[in-house]
Amino acid sequence: MTSLPLALTINGHRYELEVDPRVTLLDLLRERLELTGTKKGCDRGQCGACTVLVDGKRINSCLALAVSHDGAKVLTIEGVSHGEDLHPVQAAFIAHDGFQCGFCTPGQIMSTLGLIAEAQAGDDPERIREGMSGNLCRCAAYGGIVEAVLEAQEQLAKADRRTAA
Amino acid sequence: MKNFDYIRPTTIPDAIAAAAEPGSAYLAGGTNLLDLMKGGVTSPERIVDISRLAELNRIERLADGGLRLGALVRNADLAHDPEFARSYPAVAEALLSGASAQLRNAATVGGNLLQRTRCSYFYDTASACNKREPGAGCDALGGENRLHAVLGWSDACIATHPSDFCVPLVALDAVVEIEGKKGRRHVTLEEFHRLPGETPQRENGLEPGDLIVGVRLPAEAASFSANARYLKVRERTSYAFAVVSAAAALVVEGGKIRQARLALGGVAAKPWRARSAEAVLLGADADETSFVRAADAALADASPSGDNAFKIELARRIVVRALMSALAGTPGRLPALPASPFSSIPGVRHDA
Repeated sequence: MTSLPLALTINGHRYELEVDPRVTLLDLLRERLELTGTKKGCDRGQCGACTVLVDGKRINSCLALAVSHDGAKVLTIEGVSHGEDLHPVQAAFIAHDGFQCGFCTPGQIMSTLGLIAEAQAGDDPERIREGMSGNLCRCAAYGGIVEAVLEAQEQLAKADRRTAA
Repeated sequence: MKNFDYIRPTTIPDAIAAAAEPGSAYLAGGTNLLDLMKGGVTSPERIVDISRLAELNRIERLADGGLRLGALVRNADLAHDPEFARSYPAVAEALLSGASAQLRNAATVGGNLLQRTRCSYFYDTASACNKREPGAGCDALGGENRLHAVLGWSDACIATHPSDFCVPLVALDAVVEIEGKKGRRHVTLEEFHRLPGETPQRENGLEPGDLIVGVRLPAEAASFSANARYLKVRERTSYAFAVVSAAAALVVEGGKIRQARLALGGVAAKPWRARSAEAVLLGADADETSFVRAADAALADASPSGDNAFKIELARRIVVRALMSALAGTPGRLPALPASPFSSIPGVRHDA
């Protein structure tokens, strides 16, 4: 199979690539671009470890053919912080022990960013649990994850109010 | 994953011409197809990526009062469209009870109709499966089959259709718009999916090259908006396929049922419209006694295909409770756990 041209903007950097059409977005990120923050758990859309934002929406990058997303803007965990300054979602996961081993954490954080942008859950812990159900945590840090999502959402809303004022 | 040619057509006729060649498969959201390709369950030689056909990405109100959902509208976009959710609340609830937020951002209207079964023997290429390999036999028969079909199954196949979305859609008389080499045609969703019979590999009425371009809801479908619910029993609270589900929609006047719609999920190879139950409900008192009679009618032809007799009684109870929930009225906002039996419903017995 011949390779196909593919242009992607990942974490603000434009990449012009040639890829085999079988390559998933997940494998492109990890194996080709060495952006290994995005994790491969099940590779079948069941665990959420590979969650990234594509054009602002959270998806499972393991179930996306890279070529099919030609022209897309991708945000991965490597593009979330501002240099050494953690994003409020990252800081909240640390503050609330929203992880133990950390393997699922990049996916949890990307999923949290997607959830907050969707603005469907509000501050209802049950709606947050439901909205985060696509991200498994085998250390079962779920209590801390929900607290982290709630706090991050509040911090971001405060920052928005400061910006608006 | 096996090698394939990748084509990304920019027009519907180009897509149909490309996909009419043997060994072709359409790619939209890819949430089911890529999983199947990774497992070697299906190995297309040509992928026709339709994700850029922008004309399939619209929700359109029709002149006759109906609604047309483009085949590429994402599950999440549809469920969160406020006007759609108000008019067809059971459909929105079903969508939000399915998969995860990540998958709903990718999965499409058309792709949902074409999901393959989640029968583990279909997925396991070391097992015999008539659907995957016609004539091979069925290892689900006599195997681990507690989640398999109790209606419409055959000795060739006892798999179920996994969709939530299709269950309220079939109850509401949805119509599938198909474009093929000979032009455009409309098929009711009820007729679209097939029962297995001797040919479980033929799951629907699509011919080579045929493309689902949209799904229509007739004007009448919105008349149930005040009393329409979807209820789904899963083996975990969220992010699981239905063991049994039901969509119920009523029009009630003066305590009598003027119109009734009922469909079941997780029980057959297709979303199961329970017309005999609807006939029982029409004109009857809107109460639990009528709903129990309807549930008996809906499951009258059910039989276990293995270790799954429990699903018949479970389905009866889910039908009664879905109808009670519909009678109680569509909530102003969907519960935190859409379609979940763990959400309490005012006036409905928790163990109904």
